[in-house]
Amino acid sequence: MNPPLFAAPANEAELVEAISTARDERRTVELRGAGTRAAVGDPGRERAIIDMGGFAGIIDYEPTELVLTVGAGTPLAEVERLLAANGQMLAFEPHGGTIGGVMAAGASGPRRPFAGGVRDHLLGVEGVSGRGEAFKAGGRVVKNVTGYDLPRLMTGSWGRLAAITSLSVKVLPKGRAEATVMVEGLDDAPALALLARAAGSAAEISGAAHIPGMGTAMRLEGFGPSVAARVEMLRGLCASSGEARLIEGDGSPALWREVRDASGLPQDLPLWRVTAPAASGARLTADLGDAARLYDWAGGLVWIAAPESVDVRAAASAVGGQAMLVRASDEMRARIGALHPEAAGVAALRSRIKAGFDPAGVLDPERFGKAQI
Amino acid sequence: MTVSMPRPDAATIEKRGVIAATLRSIVPGEGVIDAEDGRRVFESDALTAYAQSPLLVVLPRTAAEVSAVLRYCHGRGIKVVPRGAGTSLSGGALPLADAVLLGLSRMSRILEIDYDNRVVVAQPGVTNLAITRAVEGRGFYYAPDPSSQIACTVGGNVAENSGGVHCLKYGLTTNNVLGVELVLVDGEVTRLGGKALESSDHDILSVVIGSEGLLGVVTEVTVRILPRPLAARALLLGFGSVEDAARCVGTVIGAGVIPAGMEMMDRPAIQAIEAFAAAGYPLDAQALLIVEVDGVEAECAHLAAEIEAMARACGATSISTSKDEAERLAFWAGRKAAFPAMGRLAPDYFCMDGTIPRAALPRVLTRIGALGDLHGLKVANVFHAGDGNLHPLILYDGNNEGELERAEAFGADILRLCVEVGGVLTGEHGVGVEKRDLMGAMFSAVDLAHQQRVKCAFDPMLLMNPGKVFPTLHRCAELGRVHVHAGRLAFPELPRF
Repeated sequence: MNPPLFAAPANEAELVEAISTARDERRTVELRGAGTRAAVGDPGRERAIIDMGGFAGIIDYEPTELVLTVGAGTPLAEVERLLAANGQMLAFEPHGGTIGGVMAAGASGPRRPFAGGVRDHLLGVEGVSGRGEAFKAGGRVVKNVTGYDLPRLMTGSWGRLAAITSLSVKVLPKGRAEATVMVEGLDDAPALALLARAAGSAAEISGAAHIPGMGTAMRLEGFGPSVAARVEMLRGLCASSGEARLIEGDGSPALWREVRDASGLPQDLPLWRVTAPAASGARLTADLGDAARLYDWAGGLVWIAAPESVDVRAAASAVGGQAMLVRASDEMRARIGALHPEAAGVAALRSRIKAGFDPAGVLDPERFGKAQI
Repeated sequence: MTVSMPRPDAATIEKRGVIAATLRSIVPGEGVIDAEDGRRVFESDALTAYAQSPLLVVLPRTAAEVSAVLRYCHGRGIKVVPRGAGTSLSGGALPLADAVLLGLSRMSRILEIDYDNRVVVAQPGVTNLAITRAVEGRGFYYAPDPSSQIACTVGGNVAENSGGVHCLKYGLTTNNVLGVELVLVDGEVTRLGGKALESSDHDILSVVIGSEGLLGVVTEVTVRILPRPLAARALLLGFGSVEDAARCVGTVIGAGVIPAGMEMMDRPAIQAIEAFAAAGYPLDAQALLIVEVDGVEAECAHLAAEIEAMARACGATSISTSKDEAERLAFWAGRKAAFPAMGRLAPDYFCMDGTIPRAALPRVLTRIGALGDLHGLKVANVFHAGDGNLHPLILYDGNNEGELERAEAFGADILRLCVEVGGVLTGEHGVGVEKRDLMGAMFSAVDLAHQQRVKCAFDPMLLMNPGKVFPTLHRCAELGRVHVHAGRLAFPELPRF
């Protein structure tokens, strides 16, 4: 059953009103952007929707300052079109519907190990906390250590501390040239060893993925002469692993979109997103039998599509990683929390921070189970 | 001291002897300093205008000792001020008369170098540069490079979220730390993050980084190391006006180039540096840029040629590109001598640290010059031009009656100006005590209350590093009851420290 709409505020005052009303009426609300990740979390929890679509639009953009300020409900596609027209990009390579949703989920793509994640590019936020109070934090310049880094705290908070209305992000030039070097036929362990060598080399790769059955891919971006020189460098590095094929033109961005979205994995199985120390990637999947998998971040991010009976979370814990349940049946999502359980000390800190920003528990307190408020 | 600090608790000071004896049972030997001359060594950090001898100094060697010290202090309600190497430029490690100064300098071992995961695990007292030294043999380095990197510690870097000249391209500390071991104020030892690039607790890790020692004591840090670029080249570009130099910076970035470093100096800085260091800087220039590019040789050659062409188009009056490593380092030697060079012009200086949108630079430098005239003080500007981080150096003589106060007032005017043009109070040095009372220029009471809610989640008794960052620290119980209506707090402000 879809949760009912609670409010669709058009401005900050209406958002303050909506959250205050929810608090006074003891309601719980889920903040909704485009709903890309609406299926993450307990499906049976009590909540109504606050639609954040009213906070859409570009607020300020000066390309040479490398800063973009934008409404949280702005479609990601619109942001990326504007940046592309100015030769720039969101370097963390996001996947999602709205920029606010990307921030709330902290969803970074293949460039994460080399250019930083969502959190590394978020400079400032404005919004309304669960207390019903409008506040701002951070700034609109690329270098700032004034006060606590609340924008980074909001990243990956799934809208459970505050409803962010606008955010400032650092933007970067898009490489003028792009090429992908692909080695075929490697098993997981040697493939990940190759990616580790490439990531530790001076070739400055900007993507490192292993797609079982397809190949082991390393991306290079930048100015033409530099990319050309680094392609040769990478070919040399791959020489002992197998024949290296060059993918240029549209083929390269298409490949990395597929990696970003894990779209090649079976759609009818539960999908897990495992983050772990990069060198443990192959160890992680060794115990999972023939589960479908995709390695990104040179092994630090592993997407796994496996039957419900496979305990991916235990396998992640065993290598010091975490497994997030991204897609599953309602029954499984009600049974298994979407987020990896945290150590008691961290969980206690988290609930005290949550209580500071949202003392009445208005903002989706049970999304990840009753234990993880 | 011209900055006001929380009123010391006389009862705590009276118990110095008992507290010292108890701490000696936790940290035996030379680890507790209570003699007056020994304590005075720690009375200031690098913001030497302010000094205060601590109640006691304790120098633990293990996380277990840190935990036991904190548990004891927490139980007795004794305040604690953490300190790394004491290189803070904002007074982050300024002691309090009634607080234990907790120095991490003896926890100075690198615990693990993990090339497979490209991380180093270090104790907090390891110096920034020591991490690079430990891994450079294998072609790696630790990217954040604050100018004090020979002395400053990685624990202090975490507390201050330190930057450096290369942070436009490689990020600040927060972009390069993956995990910490953190001892909470009550002595509980907790871990945030680890060796993975992301984990669910990185949100909490992110507020610990840059929290200026107010949330806990870091006893272990896991940092990323990066492969050292194969080549680097620096360009020294002279301009006839600040406007031309600023335009060149915008042109370079607009062309899609993110240099590894891009530094600007104004005429007073160029003159002072050249007189001190004879770096070969053009004395006829009104503004000087050092632009560094790094990467593979093809990248450096391509970008150096592009930047030379852009500089010419922006009216550069002199252009030289380093031909070898010795020349590249010579270009930087001048910039790195900027602070000591100022020491020849005046006995004392304040180094300010605001960040502005770069487009405002010519206007801001003109206003800073005018403010200097108003306060009757000289100023020279060095500037991380790529990311808009200004470092105006205010020259004064603390021995002249009233000159320190004038310098403080001038500095405050500069920082308010930074905020007025859309910038921020501090780009990399931290708030500390120096900018504490200016926080209201940037944040409303509600903004600050939200920041303080994080503080209260970690340290509800407000025992960690009091008197720093927050102009007014409300008791946490009161903060919980604060009701805000239309952006205004409905309870009276507590007095400032």
